[in-house]
Amino acid sequence: MSWLFLTSGLFLGWSLGANDAANFFGTAVATRMLRFRTAALVGSLFVVLGAWSGAQGTAKTLGHLGAIDAPAGAFTVALAAAAALALTLSKSGLPVSSTQAIVGAIVGWNLFNGRATDLKTLTELLSSWILCPILSGGLAAGLFLAIRRFVYRLRLHLLEADTWLRVAFIVAGAFGAYGLGQNNIANVMGVFVRVSPFPELTRIGPWAVTSVELLFLLGGVAIAAGITTYSRRIMVRLGTGLTSLSPLAGLVVVLATALVLFLFGSVELQRLLRAAHLPGWPLVPVSATQAAVGAILGISLVRRSGIRLKPLGKIALGWVVSPLVALLISLVGLYVAQNVFELPVSNSRRPAAAAAGEAPSAPLGGESR
Amino acid sequence: MSFLFRRTRALEAQIDQFLDTVSEGCLVFEQGVDDYLRGDREEFEERHKAIRILEAKADGLRREIETRLYVESLIPDHRGDVLGLLESLDNVIDQAKQTLAQFEVERPDVPESLAAEYTTLARVCVQSSQHLVDSCRAFFREITAVRDHLHKVYFFEKEADRLADALKRRVFSMDLDLARKIHLRYFCLHIEKVSDRAEEVADRLAIYTIKRTI
Repeated sequence: MSWLFLTSGLFLGWSLGANDAANFFGTAVATRMLRFRTAALVGSLFVVLGAWSGAQGTAKTLGHLGAIDAPAGAFTVALAAAAALALTLSKSGLPVSSTQAIVGAIVGWNLFNGRATDLKTLTELLSSWILCPILSGGLAAGLFLAIRRFVYRLRLHLLEADTWLRVAFIVAGAFGAYGLGQNNIANVMGVFVRVSPFPELTRIGPWAVTSVELLFLLGGVAIAAGITTYSRRIMVRLGTGLTSLSPLAGLVVVLATALVLFLFGSVELQRLLRAAHLPGWPLVPVSATQAAVGAILGISLVRRSGIRLKPLGKIALGWVVSPLVALLISLVGLYVAQNVFELPVSNSRRPAAAAAGEAPSAPLGGESR
Repeated sequence: MSFLFRRTRALEAQIDQFLDTVSEGCLVFEQGVDDYLRGDREEFEERHKAIRILEAKADGLRREIETRLYVESLIPDHRGDVLGLLESLDNVIDQAKQTLAQFEVERPDVPESLAAEYTTLARVCVQSSQHLVDSCRAFFREITAVRDHLHKVYFFEKEADRLADALKRRVFSMDLDLARKIHLRYFCLHIEKVSDRAEEVADRLAIYTIKRTI
């Protein structure tokens, strides 16, 4: 039964793969520089690797935000995030992300169960949402100027440059897919960490795999399934929309987005920074789409092609709309799970029937301790 | 890494060959006009034959390059521009061949006093085409150098316009039959068209270069 609860997370992972892989392979696939089959293969492989390696990173931050301790609670939170994502994406076309949706849904779970939301973690998350497109824009602007100068100096033949560009698209796409898996796996599977149906340690051949690693591996496979089965159309749509960018600028967008995801998701990088006594930053899941929009704006700035404020407004609106919608769906979903399906959505509460007759208190869902 | 560039190296060579052919065709045109005006019939026939062969070769190379660019899905973002460039460049050698053919068919009777001016006009037109070929090479290999060559194309095209205008004025000021004057003017126009075609390609190339540098 506890396996079934993972399905909402897997669905969220599938949806993430279907939508976000386009940020890394959209331009190359839409312009036919890469075959979709190659993009899907490279993307799937590296997203699983990233998800596997991301087991200790961003998930901890989400764990601090809300320690979901009942399988039905985790199921409902992940489902609320997936539903909010589908709803806001299809109805508003805003560049919303699973990151913002899952945060809203977790806060909803906290409210429902009367748990305090860790304000420090919430502030870290909110500030990273703002920092993500700014950082990505700055990186893209710098990279664009540097790479363009480098390419001019190389004096490559147009055809040679084209071949190098294809190779660079594969490498940058793989790096981006790795970053996506590493950074965003927390959105998909983070809420299931405390309620994992897997034993603490599973032996696969000579390897001992922890419950969390296995969980994240499964999430990675779900993202890979999303890339393989449904990302083609989105890649072509997004890539065609970006064709006003030169292929070089398209590559820089991929690189900057991948770098931002990696910076916010890599435990190893944090260790290295600490070892060198350099300031680190919180490991938080950030949105690949918003990082990509930030990168495009950064390039527009250095190309002096003018900045359109509309995409910036849409990002800011996404910061508000996406978590709010997820929070509301989460509250309704948790109420239904607890009172209609009589499932415990938190360890500190029993199903409504069992709790009948006990006095209600502060939490939105009704205290049942 | 050579396996990565196996496909493109051959195509790069073909593009270079195409540009060489256009350049050579224009030089042959200049010599052909000179031979005709000097009355060296035999040499002129040779030049006419040579330019026909070069034009056919350029056509074949262009088609082959176009096919390979599409079949091998190369430079998807610039493919349209490159095809446009090669086709319009082909028009330059085509114009040069047609003009020599008109000399062959119509055999204009050019007064000896005007021969040097016709030769100069042909030379200036060919100079614009040579700089055009250089700017096309730069487009493929060193995009920042395209402008250095393009301004020379425009310079020689203007110079050709000025020379042609002066030549036409001289023709019509001479004591000749009107039919002969008109015939001589036509040949002035035919030669001038070579630099006009070069200017058309240069205009396209300027846009393609901006597209590639932003």
